[in-house]
Amino acid sequence: MLSYILKRLALTIPVAFGVSIVCFMLVHIAPGDPLTSVLPPDASAQLQAEMRALYGFDRPLPVQYGLWVMKTLQGDLGVSIATGRPVASELGKALGNTLMLAVLATMIGFLFGSLFGFVAGYFRDSWIDRLASFVSIIGVSVPHYWLGMVLVIIFSVQLNWLPATGAGPGGSADWAWDWVHVRHLILPAVTMSVIPMGIIARTVRALVAEILSQEFVSGLRAKGLLDFGVFRHVVKNAAPTALAVMGLQLGYLLGGSILIETVFSWPGTGFLLGQAIFQRDLPLLQGTILVLAMFFVALNLIVDIVQSMLDPRVQRA
Amino acid sequence: MSAAAPALTAIAAIEKSPGYWAGVIRRFRRDPVAMAALIIVLALVLMAIFAPLIAPADPYRSSMIRRLRPIGTPGFPLGTDELGRDMLSRLIHGGRLSLLMGVTPVFIAFFIGSAIGITAGFVGGKVNTVLMRTIDVFFAFPSVLLAIALSGALGAGIFNGLLSLTIVFVPPIARIAESVTTAVRKIEYIEAARASGASAFRIVRIHVLGNVIGPIFVYATGLISVSLILASGLSFLGLGVKPPEPEWGLMLNTLRNAIYVQPWVAALPGLMIFITSISFNLLSDGLRSAMDIKA
Repeated sequence: MLSYILKRLALTIPVAFGVSIVCFMLVHIAPGDPLTSVLPPDASAQLQAEMRALYGFDRPLPVQYGLWVMKTLQGDLGVSIATGRPVASELGKALGNTLMLAVLATMIGFLFGSLFGFVAGYFRDSWIDRLASFVSIIGVSVPHYWLGMVLVIIFSVQLNWLPATGAGPGGSADWAWDWVHVRHLILPAVTMSVIPMGIIARTVRALVAEILSQEFVSGLRAKGLLDFGVFRHVVKNAAPTALAVMGLQLGYLLGGSILIETVFSWPGTGFLLGQAIFQRDLPLLQGTILVLAMFFVALNLIVDIVQSMLDPRVQRA
Repeated sequence: MSAAAPALTAIAAIEKSPGYWAGVIRRFRRDPVAMAALIIVLALVLMAIFAPLIAPADPYRSSMIRRLRPIGTPGFPLGTDELGRDMLSRLIHGGRLSLLMGVTPVFIAFFIGSAIGITAGFVGGKVNTVLMRTIDVFFAFPSVLLAIALSGALGAGIFNGLLSLTIVFVPPIARIAESVTTAVRKIEYIEAARASGASAFRIVRIHVLGNVIGPIFVYATGLISVSLILASGLSFLGLGVKPPEPEWGLMLNTLRNAIYVQPWVAALPGLMIFITSISFNLLSDGLRSAMDIKA
């Protein structure tokens, strides 16, 4: 077990290193002088020279990278051009909001996805299977930002049941677990849950169908085990993979929440990214992407380790 | 002359054999869902190609006095947008950029990714390690985040959007190509070919390519739907296509504020993205089962 964790950890380090290089290069692939990313366009020549030296843009790229990593490891992600505040503090609050949304969406998606997938796999080729497959293909094909818009049109514009945007009354960003705030969470969470729901339904359906076709299931049935008993065995065999897919989906949602957060003006990391793009705020863009990507790397690692604990067969593969 | 003759007989032999592809086509034609998806995809492609001939009006002509008319307005069957432009014409023209932005990245990534993956899988060893570890780095980004990071840094524009999306789709295709090639390389006839003195290039061309390109291709077609949603998503965020070009994602963005005035007109461009994406998905599923490729 320990050796597997160490091996997996050793594989993660070069990936994290590569991710940091990609994020570092984001500022440098941007057209124009990287300085334009930290200075207003009307800055004086003297200020430009000072800033160039301060940020180290006059040094060779590997040195710049080293300095940037040192700063980042100390929690300094630079300063947002648009607001003048440190990127790290802007990110802190936003990350919490996105996590809340993504975790809730993953839970809803997992619940309904595994239900659909299980029923479809259990009653393979029946009308229920076809219906569930149809629902899951819609889940993976629908442009979720459009689905969000349609839900807003139905539940906010037409029915006036739920708020269309924001995370609290009057656009306040302070969260509380009361109905006034939770109302704001419903539409974005449901919209977001459609993606993992489709993928988890497909995965679970394939898993259940495969497990049911294995000999040990016939063996259990021959032994006289009733459907419920068989069900227990199927769940036990399908759970590790299904949970692993769920973990990865959470990571995808965290990183991919920008479109849904833009639709709902949800004050999370995606919304922050949208602002960064709109205002060409490159330090904010770079910092947010770095944190989200590292989150994803860490999540991948955790998922692999947890899966290997639940299912010892994974280690041997 | 003499060198060309055996090659010609080889081609003739392939054409004569009722074989694999005839079976694939036969199975595909028996699948009503896949056939319907194929027809819709073809219709969308034709619509995009002949947009100027089909569209009833100029998609750029705006008018301040007929903004945001509802669906069913005489002369404007699908209403007008926030600048009074004919929605039907803009949706028809929008297919051009949306399809181009969605399909091209996967198409280019198919070639680049296959080249990387087949090289890594066939050569193996250190080359494999270096190539695949580099690919792993890009896998560490959720695809939406990577696309947005790259085009966010590069800035808006069609070329930057295409470039970002191509970079997003190379790693998954390379990974599939690598795993399929590694599996094929272990089959005995490759060893036999090598023992008979065939060069590596010849083995790849004759023995490997034919066996791996099918699964890679089917996998790539499955990515088109993701690519379409992502490409329109970039334009929706103000990256990718710039106004006043008609493009479904961009139209959805500019119509967002109109949901309180003409909600269903505002939702139309997204419906087009949805129809296109689900058709490509069903088409890919149909191809997969017709070609009998497992996941």
